Amino acid sequence: MGSGHAHRLYRHGHSPVHRLPAHTKIAAVLAFVLTVVATPREAVWAFGAYALLLAAVAALSRVPARHLLTRMLIEVPFVAFAVLMPFVAEGPRVEALGMSLSESGLWGAWNVLAKGTLGVAASVLLASTTELREILLGLQRLRMPPLLVQIASFMLRYGDVITDEMRRMRLARLSRGFTARGVRQWGVLAKTAGALFIRAYERGERVHLAMLSRGYTGTMPATDETAATRAQWTSAAALPLAALAVCLMGWWTL
Amino acid sequence: MVDTVTAADPRTDPRDEPAAPPSLEVRGLAYAYPDGHQALFGVDLTVARGERVALLGPNGAGKTTLVLHLNGILTGGAGSVTVAGLRVDPADRGALAEIRRRVGVVFQDPDDQLFMPTVREDVAFGPANAGLRGAELAARVHEALALVGMEEYADRPPHHLSFGQRRRVAVATVLAMRPEILVLDEPSSNLDPASRRELADILRSLDVTVLMVTHDLPYALELCPRSVVLSEGVIAADGPTRDLLCDEALMRAHRLELPFGFDPRSVTLPHA
Amino acid sequence: MHVPDGFLNAPVSVATGAVAAAAVAVSLRGARRELAGTAAYHGAERTAPLAGLVAAFVFAVQMLNFPVGAGTSGHLMGGALAAILVGPYTGVLALSVVLLMQALLFADGGLTALGTNITLIGIVTVVVSYAVFRALVRVLPRRRGSVTAAAFVSALLSVPAAAAVFTGLYALGGTAEVPLGKVLTAMLGVHTLIGVGEALITTATVGAVLAVRPDLVYAARGLARPLVLRSGPVATPGSGPAPRATAATSTDSAAGPAPAPAPAARPASARKVWAGGLAATLLCAGVVSFYASAAPDGLEKVAGEYGISSQEEEHGLADSPLADYGVASIADERLSGGLAGLIGVGTTLAAGAGVLVAVRRRGNAGAAGAPAAEGSGGRAENAEDGAGRTPAGSA
Repeated sequence: MGSGHAHRLYRHGHSPVHRLPAHTKIAAVLAFVLTVVATPREAVWAFGAYALLLAAVAALSRVPARHLLTRMLIEVPFVAFAVLMPFVAEGPRVEALGMSLSESGLWGAWNVLAKGTLGVAASVLLASTTELREILLGLQRLRMPPLLVQIASFMLRYGDVITDEMRRMRLARLSRGFTARGVRQWGVLAKTAGALFIRAYERGERVHLAMLSRGYTGTMPATDETAATRAQWTSAAALPLAALAVCLMGWWTL
Repeated sequence: MVDTVTAADPRTDPRDEPAAPPSLEVRGLAYAYPDGHQALFGVDLTVARGERVALLGPNGAGKTTLVLHLNGILTGGAGSVTVAGLRVDPADRGALAEIRRRVGVVFQDPDDQLFMPTVREDVAFGPANAGLRGAELAARVHEALALVGMEEYADRPPHHLSFGQRRRVAVATVLAMRPEILVLDEPSSNLDPASRRELADILRSLDVTVLMVTHDLPYALELCPRSVVLSEGVIAADGPTRDLLCDEALMRAHRLELPFGFDPRSVTLPHA
Repeated sequence: MHVPDGFLNAPVSVATGAVAAAAVAVSLRGARRELAGTAAYHGAERTAPLAGLVAAFVFAVQMLNFPVGAGTSGHLMGGALAAILVGPYTGVLALSVVLLMQALLFADGGLTALGTNITLIGIVTVVVSYAVFRALVRVLPRRRGSVTAAAFVSALLSVPAAAAVFTGLYALGGTAEVPLGKVLTAMLGVHTLIGVGEALITTATVGAVLAVRPDLVYAARGLARPLVLRSGPVATPGSGPAPRATAATSTDSAAGPAPAPAPAARPASARKVWAGGLAATLLCAGVVSFYASAAPDGLEKVAGEYGISSQEEEHGLADSPLADYGVASIADERLSGGLAGLIGVGTTLAAGAGVLVAVRRRGNAGAAGAPAAEGSGGRAENAEDGAGRTPAGSA
């Protein structure tokens, strides 16, 4: 079961990519992925160019390829989906390897695979080079509503605490001889979930009390005044700008 | 609106110093939770300025509920709470903010108290809410962390600290607000003996009124000259800690038990 | 159901992004009211810590595995549960934040598809389940059992509703020409089954919270009793213990931490709830088998269609989302196309039988595992066994 926290993506480092302010990186990744999605799927070479761009960033960030590739396995379910597409889709069909495949399905599969993979790779790169806390500050500087940033930071601060509680409850179940094998045990598991909710909510109330006790009135005191320099924005923009050039070329050559 | 205690108020408690209003004055406090459970049934308690008082009581006596009334987090029951002359009134938000600055509550679970991403930000949270900024804020944070000996951990995330360290940081988060009275909810719980002693040293070194909620009787004896017993939602006893702890019948009646082999008569008190 | 990048075209992605942003903005305002609690004056201040902790809870509970049998397990998506427990606005906020963090920290769900994912998993499930829930609670008699029944039906419907919206989005901005009618049929069929699982877990979880802290269930708040004052002498040390303060109280018999008003109607209403659940389950089974037999072109096409949704099912009824982030679990057995339908129907029947058993057991007031459960459970496991061994189509 969820050993997710061991798989947190961040990898400590001191590369130029690590040093860029988070908000420039988030903006750059978002722009990059949008550009990729907007690229016509027929411009096959363009996706190769995107992959090269990402590879260059990865090299610059000095994150090992193995780290990136294993983290990208998250998209495997969608590979399965993509593989099915040529069999399901309608329209003109082509014969390949003795099977009748839909042409539009093949293009659809290619489209999902290429864009999905590039999207995952870009996100993994972002998460590998940016600390949790930095990502939150970055979102705040990108004008995400402060309340939403607060909710996200509380979620991250207490995600571990609650997951730990869940783990202890599981140990308690196991040590009293309970193993969940099928639907018949759902009642017990649901009680765990219910207890977890009560604990989480009550902790939320206690945290709120602790905040009130120190004069909280609904807004977090601003403690972060970091701003990105023009040079930092420029280096962050290099990736999406290069991608945009590729994208325009893709439409041009169509 | 600030309700100062006037001379007409019945000041029956002889421990009150006539010069300054007591740090804390609780009168007839009763409260029931939204789920229907009534926890307080009319609490009367006065703590003079500079006193260190232990609030003793078994589990479920209503100790934590009382604590939450002291800074106006729980209200709506009967009775009144007055902090250094300022009455807790939920309708008066300005006074409430001042009450919360004056009453520094250190909660039992430091994980509840330390909600910010780093120790520094957490300690800064209170004073920043009070309007401090820049160098002044940094100085206040440093001062508070120095008081509990945690300066070098300022940039660590709280969940990377040991339990004892987290408890000390929790004390610092409150000290940073320069409170009139420090209220500690079970300060010694889950601490190993060394952390326990370190915290006691810190608390003794502070020049502040302390109300310590605990069922750790030796800790109460070590730190607080005076104790009150809260039992079943009312104050059941009040007096010098050593005398209270020596009164076996009283202790038994309120499910307060001394640890095995501990004799309050034979202990040399650091504050005596 | 986390949609990746490139699945829907750019205009639809941007449009759903706008929808999601608007919904989150509305929810930020609405959540203040929901989380205001008993004291009216601290509404806004409670939003951040409480919604944050609810988000952390949703995040954690999605890791709680509910085994279906033979190595497969499902988990909660949590939209309906959040809506019922904390209200729709806070629910949308919590799920949106969870999805945002999953996309940014674990690369689960594309960044450009974030709006789509929030719309489907965060908004549609929460809004549908809450609307159904409110409507049912209004219609049904005011009893705790009604809350449970409403929870079941609303959670059940929320999942296929999201699937239907997904199909609609795919019709607008899909990137392959898949036969939409059949996609819709397959999506609805499979997601109704997933919905049954979601509904069972949601109902049981809501029931567990109701039993302990009914005031925490957004739908069933507000029980207060008058205060009691106890006055007694204060003892001074040496004079022995004061007479127990409680003894001096005149209203003592009425005071004290009296047990919460006991849900006396519980056995009877619980039976009705389970009966309602059984009816709903059987209805679903009927609907699904109707869809399954309505596909005229033989098993091959059905297999393909269910292939699409068996992938979706991966997230709904397969391993925990965080397990996906790990490497080992990726190789887990995946339900292959054609059998997915069979398993689905089998699971539905098994779930129905399980509910029936539960009704009986409650009727007999027995808490321990009844032998009658063995038969149905065994059947479920057999059905799962057949599927579990089937290797995944690809990967």
